[in-house]
Amino acid sequence: MYTDKVMEHFMHPRNVGTIPDADGVGEVGNPVCGDMMTFYIKVKDGRLEDVKFQTFGCGAAIAVSSLVSEMARGRTLDEAMKITNEQVAKELGGLPPHKMHCSNLGADALHKAIENYLEKQNRQKPEGGGEGKESQDKEEHFHCPFCDYTLPENAQLCGHCQIRLIRCEHCGEYNRETDETCRHCGAGLV
Amino acid sequence: MSGFYADKQAAAPVRPEVLEAMLPYFTENFGNPQSLHSVGQKAARALQTAREQVARLLNCQPEEIIFVSSGSEANNLAVKGLALANQARGKQIVVSAIEHVSVLKAAKFLEKLDFKTVQVPVDGYGLVDPGKVAEAITPDTVLVSVMMANNEVGTIEPVAEIASLCRSKGILFHSDAVAAVGNIPVDVRAIGLEALSLAADQFGGPKGAAALFLKKGTKITPLIDGGVQESNRRAGTENVPAIVGLGRAAELAMMEMDKKGQLLARLRDRLIRGVLTGLDEVILTGHPERRLPHHASFCVKFVEGEAMLLGLDFNGIQVASGSACTSKSLRTSHVLTAMGLDPAVAQGSLMLTLLDGTREEQVEYFLEKFPPVVRRLREMSPLYTKFLEEKKDVHR
Repeated sequence: MYTDKVMEHFMHPRNVGTIPDADGVGEVGNPVCGDMMTFYIKVKDGRLEDVKFQTFGCGAAIAVSSLVSEMARGRTLDEAMKITNEQVAKELGGLPPHKMHCSNLGADALHKAIENYLEKQNRQKPEGGGEGKESQDKEEHFHCPFCDYTLPENAQLCGHCQIRLIRCEHCGEYNRETDETCRHCGAGLV
Repeated sequence: MSGFYADKQAAAPVRPEVLEAMLPYFTENFGNPQSLHSVGQKAARALQTAREQVARLLNCQPEEIIFVSSGSEANNLAVKGLALANQARGKQIVVSAIEHVSVLKAAKFLEKLDFKTVQVPVDGYGLVDPGKVAEAITPDTVLVSVMMANNEVGTIEPVAEIASLCRSKGILFHSDAVAAVGNIPVDVRAIGLEALSLAADQFGGPKGAAALFLKKGTKITPLIDGGVQESNRRAGTENVPAIVGLGRAAELAMMEMDKKGQLLARLRDRLIRGVLTGLDEVILTGHPERRLPHHASFCVKFVEGEAMLLGLDFNGIQVASGSACTSKSLRTSHVLTAMGLDPAVAQGSLMLTLLDGTREEQVEYFLEKFPPVVRRLREMSPLYTKFLEEKKDVHR
């Protein structure tokens, strides 16, 4: 199911731990959904001097956090903000479709930690990052709940993994057609 | 030490005696039981022997056995077939909340045909209260389906009481006994029910062979239409080698079940005790006493099941989990949810089902390897870090 690289990062994750005096902390996910990640960063001269993480989750989630921490370390903040989910998944030699959402969490947690740092610094956010990106995401991009493929508006079928989709009437997020309750807000699906 | 495979429920090796019985039916005894010539009749006799062997295991008549391809098919046939054939008696179906998905989804399918399903809740051990079943029953109830033993938490349900309740009200009762048959005694006459599902791969038989016990005189609508096989109740050329294997496995189970059950229960208890004393913040899921002899299941707090499963596999230990991440549907086990477990705790689900012939040293090997696997994952878990901090605060 997993590539050798995923298993290698899962068995020997890099940069596990916390930074007690971190410059920025980012937490994403929720144990109820099965994955939760916390990233800690230390910034020096505009670069990520140290990156540490803690992850509650499956093998893919742990491997993704490990790889993101490795990719981010030593990079400038701008560079780190540009690490994408696709890059992470590609670096790991691919992830099974239903694990693609894990690769999102890794980059998101890192970006959140950087945003947290920038907020503390009271500085402007780097281009393409920060709140702007998040609200843009909410407005324009929906993702397949199974493989995380970006969906057009009013999709009924995921163009990537072909599962049938249903939109939650309450919050507008996509769910699998077979779901009984919304994964995002918990409302019942008709 | 050749590792420890503790996922019998997912798959188990076919017993050598069973394989030996099956092999001729792939080659020299290849006949179709429906053919009238001597080659076909040889296969027909093998089918009849298997029917008698399964009937003896369940204490019923051979003609009360319908061979099917899987436990899921048996459950679908029972739920859909009984409801459809008997809908003049009512259109409400009562099931427990912890039924196998093949029962729950079959009931869900019937809702499209204007049937109504009521799910009976379970307690924290996964036990169904017959009183709650009685409350759910209405004059419109046609069928009740409650499993004999739960596959995820091992709890053995009070099926005989539910059966007698249904009998007194003239309601059909089906029990999914896939996890139970061949592992604990199941006597359909003593229980007194209309239908019961079993599968060969749960007791040393091959995949692809299963059966539904259907009490004589009970009306059922077939799911597969076609030929006259299985007395017109399940069309399709019979999978003779697999059914022969099912029969032989049933015969062996009948002879050895008690002794094996005792041996396995001892190992299971050692396993449960060892896990609960070897680690903190672990809970046993399912009933501590009323459980399958080969079944041990836990929830380990602050870690996720798939990660434990992979970590154990690295040590040559194979287990199962009901966590959301382990399932391809990304849903937490409905059984653990129905038992009222905190969803975050349910992510740490781990299930061990012991093969026949499991050795004590394998259990000890597991008890040695398991705590380090959990500790490693806890060290990287933000939830565990939070837990330790909160604990420190309390002691301050």
